[in-house]
Amino acid sequence: MSAPPTGRSWTGATRDRLVSALPPDQLLPDTQPAYVASWIYVFGVATLAALVMIIASGTVLAIGGLHWWHTTAVGHFVNSLHLWSVELFFFVMVIHLWGKFWMAAWRGRRLLTWVTGVLALLLSIGTAFTGYLVQTNFDSQWIATQAKDGINSTGVGAFWNVLNVGQMLLWHIVLLPLIVGVLAVVHIVMVRLRGVVPPIGIGTDGEPTSDPKAFR
Amino acid sequence: MSAAEASTMSPEAPPEDAATPTPPPSPPAQVRPGTWTGPKRPYDLVKEFVVALVVMGLLAGLLALVFSSPDDKGVTLQQWARQNPSDFVTTAVTELDGSSVSAGYGPPYNTAGNGQQIFFLHMQKWIGVHQPVDPANDFVIAPLSTITGNPTLTAALARYKAASSSQQQAWASAYDTAISKAPNGDPSQVAAGDYGPVPTMTASLLSLAQEGALDSQLVNQGSGFYQDNYTKPLLFLADGGYLADLANAQHLTGNQWGMMNETGNYPGQAWLWLYTMWYQISPFNHSGNADALVWALMMLLSLGLILIPVIPGLRSIPRLVPVHRLIWRDYYRRYGSAPKPGRPPDQES
Repeated sequence: MSAPPTGRSWTGATRDRLVSALPPDQLLPDTQPAYVASWIYVFGVATLAALVMIIASGTVLAIGGLHWWHTTAVGHFVNSLHLWSVELFFFVMVIHLWGKFWMAAWRGRRLLTWVTGVLALLLSIGTAFTGYLVQTNFDSQWIATQAKDGINSTGVGAFWNVLNVGQMLLWHIVLLPLIVGVLAVVHIVMVRLRGVVPPIGIGTDGEPTSDPKAFR
Repeated sequence: MSAAEASTMSPEAPPEDAATPTPPPSPPAQVRPGTWTGPKRPYDLVKEFVVALVVMGLLAGLLALVFSSPDDKGVTLQQWARQNPSDFVTTAVTELDGSSVSAGYGPPYNTAGNGQQIFFLHMQKWIGVHQPVDPANDFVIAPLSTITGNPTLTAALARYKAASSSQQQAWASAYDTAISKAPNGDPSQVAAGDYGPVPTMTASLLSLAQEGALDSQLVNQGSGFYQDNYTKPLLFLADGGYLADLANAQHLTGNQWGMMNETGNYPGQAWLWLYTMWYQISPFNHSGNADALVWALMMLLSLGLILIPVIPGLRSIPRLVPVHRLIWRDYYRRYGSAPKPGRPPDQES
């Protein structure tokens, strides 16, 4: 029986590159820098937890269909769970954002981490907005008729019709969550890749430094 | 205390309790630039996530049980026609005489207007009509044309369609004016006048709506059996005063911080506070281009938020305002002095 070919496969090269870029102990470390010791750090993972709650409750709503939550007590509860998960999501995400702002968390080649985080926030606002449009009740009627003028004034309304429930439903449950999900994954991977930003004025060796990069 | 003097931390300690940090590990032979080589502490990310998930789940569940969620039924054209027939008829007449919001909207619905602009940028006009709506025909004439067995209406429709557009306009405008002068705006009490076939048409449309047939007819136009596009019925509904009156009673109108609210005492889309705030202040609260201007401003501010790290001045705020001293107070106390507000040390002289 002949030996398998020894040439380097694409699969092997991809694996080597991934492991090299983000080794397991960096992807899921069991230690953190000593400065990661404030309750402000909890709001990042709380945002992720709320996002999981939103996706889970939204999935149940999707299984039941567009009108299920109007007609059953269980459906209404799941809708309430979805709503309050969204409220909590934005509450903790905004605190997380402010925390990262005051930490100047973009320092040390962490610009992409900041950008993906802000983009995730902005697209989450769009996702939540489409959620209000597809409730198929008075709120969605009123919000849609009010919002159309703003969307239309940008020209986007020609292709993204807030009065079209079918279109908005697909954006709400497929397209926007997909984008937010990808952004969240990239954001988290960037945090693991670059690490949690050190305190302002502290170098990567843990000592006070005069290196301007530690300040901005 | 230097980083080298750090001691071991308890793995079960809460994040803020950094009393016993581990000794700094020896730097590996090859350390990537930017990798932290200072003191570390045990940290269980998976446990933290699971605890966060349980806490958020319990919180959301509790809030859902206690406060539930709003679900006021949507308004139907039938409900509008039955509960406020005068407003319904008046709106139908404004669709015919071209004075309704939809009739003069412009893109993306029709060419009756240019839409809004941002200084010299006419985005609405340039992109053009992509959701075609002809309010007079779509909301009034086409639904009436489906009615059979009503010779009076058939004759009225034939007379209306045979007339010139200026004559159609004259009939509808005269009727619109007469309704506005009638007691309580009641179409049944208008003074005698030359309104042509318009009163017959709008009365038939009112009957059609009161029977519930208009709801499905407006959605069905162009979409066949399956329905999911409510552009036409929502535009028609929004042209009237009935929907706005209901919204006003729920504190949902534009000068009541509009669509960031929702029915009942719920937080709504509180994250839209900044977007909604602009509509409350000058010049946005009286500009004909308010929507375009507010959107332009919000896009600019959003871009600014994204680009804070590269905007001189803004990116220095966290260094100048020492909130970070509070966040990292334990670390600064144990391992090094907090930087003073102002320029980085190497730029201080």
